[in-house]
Amino acid sequence: MSTTSKAMRQSFGLRFSSAAFLVFWCIIAAFPIFWIAVMSIKAPRDAFADNPWDVIVGPATLARGEGLSVLDIAVGLVVLYFAIRWMFTRLPGLIRQYANGPFIILGWLAGAVLYALAFLLVFFVVLPLVLGPLNSVLGPLGEPILGLTTQHYVAVWGENEFYRNFLNSMLVTAGVVTISLTVGTLAGYGLARSGSDLAFWLLILALIFRALPHSVLVAGYLPWFINSAEILRPIFGELSPTLYGQPWAVIAVLVAINQPFTIWMLRSFFQNIPAELDEAARVDGCSHFQAFRRVIMPVMWPGVITTGLFSFLLGYNDFLVTALLLDAQNQTMVPAIAGYFNRETTTTDQVEAVAAAVSITAPLFLLVMVFQRQIVSGLTAGAVKG
Amino acid sequence: MNFKTFFAFVAPSLFMMILFIALPLVSVFIQSFQITQPVMQNIEVETCTPGFLTQTCTTEMKTVPTLDEDGKTITTTEWVGLQSYRNLLQMDKVWAAVSSGNFAEILQIDFWKALRFTLMFTLVTLPLVIIVGLLIALTVNNAAKSVRGPVIFVSLLPFIITPVIGSLSIYWLFVGDGILTAMMERWSGTNISMFAQAWTIELLMYFYRVWHVAPFAFVIFYAGLQTVNMDTLESAVIDGASRWERLRHVVIPHLMPLIIFIALIHLMDCYRVFEEIVGFRSQAHVISLQWLTFDFLTPDDAGNRAIARASASAMLTMIGIVFLLILPLRRTWRDHKGSAH
Repeated sequence: MSTTSKAMRQSFGLRFSSAAFLVFWCIIAAFPIFWIAVMSIKAPRDAFADNPWDVIVGPATLARGEGLSVLDIAVGLVVLYFAIRWMFTRLPGLIRQYANGPFIILGWLAGAVLYALAFLLVFFVVLPLVLGPLNSVLGPLGEPILGLTTQHYVAVWGENEFYRNFLNSMLVTAGVVTISLTVGTLAGYGLARSGSDLAFWLLILALIFRALPHSVLVAGYLPWFINSAEILRPIFGELSPTLYGQPWAVIAVLVAINQPFTIWMLRSFFQNIPAELDEAARVDGCSHFQAFRRVIMPVMWPGVITTGLFSFLLGYNDFLVTALLLDAQNQTMVPAIAGYFNRETTTTDQVEAVAAAVSITAPLFLLVMVFQRQIVSGLTAGAVKG
Repeated sequence: MNFKTFFAFVAPSLFMMILFIALPLVSVFIQSFQITQPVMQNIEVETCTPGFLTQTCTTEMKTVPTLDEDGKTITTTEWVGLQSYRNLLQMDKVWAAVSSGNFAEILQIDFWKALRFTLMFTLVTLPLVIIVGLLIALTVNNAAKSVRGPVIFVSLLPFIITPVIGSLSIYWLFVGDGILTAMMERWSGTNISMFAQAWTIELLMYFYRVWHVAPFAFVIFYAGLQTVNMDTLESAVIDGASRWERLRHVVIPHLMPLIIFIALIHLMDCYRVFEEIVGFRSQAHVISLQWLTFDFLTPDDAGNRAIARASASAMLTMIGIVFLLILPLRRTWRDHKGSAH
């Protein structure tokens, strides 16, 4: 709507209420997440204080001498601004310089991890080291005014060994993303290029499978997985594994659960690529598979990345399957947080649970920041074409 | 593409789906008619406590699981027909409640309680999600170009967040001394506890689900709004249609396929409502069908899982899926037939 005709122009009241609603929605959307982030860096008494202002400022945290001074906040904001600007302007170019073609995903992953590490290093090691002496020199400007403590994160990641759960989560999600994309692109391509009735029925079957509650499927797996060592003994002998509690068994399960969604989405991306492209490759003497690998895949990366994002979310967010099929030693992050419910007796435990929750959310926050456009295109890919 | 190449491309995916989706379904179907129990035996145990001159000994009968030579419990599996379904549905109690006219008693039974909540949840959140999603899309479309990116970013957060964590984040706002409960108490001057009765928990669950899914509806509607035919809109203006009439007669018909799509996805996802129960810890008051199956599958204090009952409740949940999908599938089939000719 670049040139709005006079008749389409809106009255002030309408524009005002529209903007007000938007602001209202943004506050509602962000508030719970913002609030748990604030709670997680306060002393327990502040985190569950009655007065919202107490939660934000944190008098009890300040009383313990932990907090940020005016100088800390000012320097922190400036560094944060440049860090974010750098991420949006320079980082993509840098990644493209070192990785191209099929390695671009790995490049982005490595870039994101390195960036996160550098970010943590700057904010929690370098800045405190520099600002500590400066604060003591500056007098009133150096007095802490905003309570901030990292004790809950230290407790969660250190004492409670949350990093084990983190590594398990990473293992499961990495497995789910790679396998479901490999299997899914093949099937998605086949389904997009075949107009047969069989392809239609497969898609309908996938739609039905997508609607199944996951607990129904887990009820089918559990008896087999627990007894798999005995069931498989005639085939594999003494080497037969107990599938229950194995991360790779959970990966296989999550890949299968994710397949219906993956093939629907990839199929709609493949349909966007003109069929003339692979016909041209076929005329030049490629087999179907060669055409797929050399001609279609290079132009398919945006679709694959988008679908990969959604596979990542499924593996990362899953509670039900991992809670039932993994045991305590190799539990992933999301079910592990349920372990806090049982212990959650003191306020400190509760704030630790909050800190664990924020730790789980932080990677997702980064993900939306980097891949916002891909997520939006993925959401609309299936829908707009029906 | 001939059948052989097509099959070669689809085979790995099909294999995964058959092995991990279709076969487990068959297995669940069979399990729901069977019951597997440890073999119990009665043994006489003599316990003696040292006493003066003579020991005091008591013998008692104890029921313990029989162990095989490896020290594992021996289990038997027998066919029990519809027994698990009967345990779950408790039809005798239902009929008693119906004949005495006391319908509230039906909702004391776990399965009916879960069914009631699941259906109610689906039906209440569906219109809310569509209306809120449409409102956000219309207002974002109305806003200046420069704010759209940040607004979409903020809107995606509730959608992308892990469902358990999302419901926990709302739980912490309202729990006992949470910030919003404290605020409401200050305004109303009464003592409020949001997690002590079923209806407040349910309200929060509806709120959570709309908060979580409305962004999804928003993004899809927003994409749809970009393709609204401007000529139609302008001719509607010339014909003197008010803003509301234009919305009703031009924009919404244009978005209708998207509304149906969102409704379908939402029905499927709501029917599986589960994470809210975990996040809000509401199992004492509000449960859903999927949570019921999950609960049967979780080992109890003795380490036993009620597989038979879980299978029966899973099969009953499946029946609901069939009802849910009949209409959309018939539509798709007609479309497919139509496009083939």
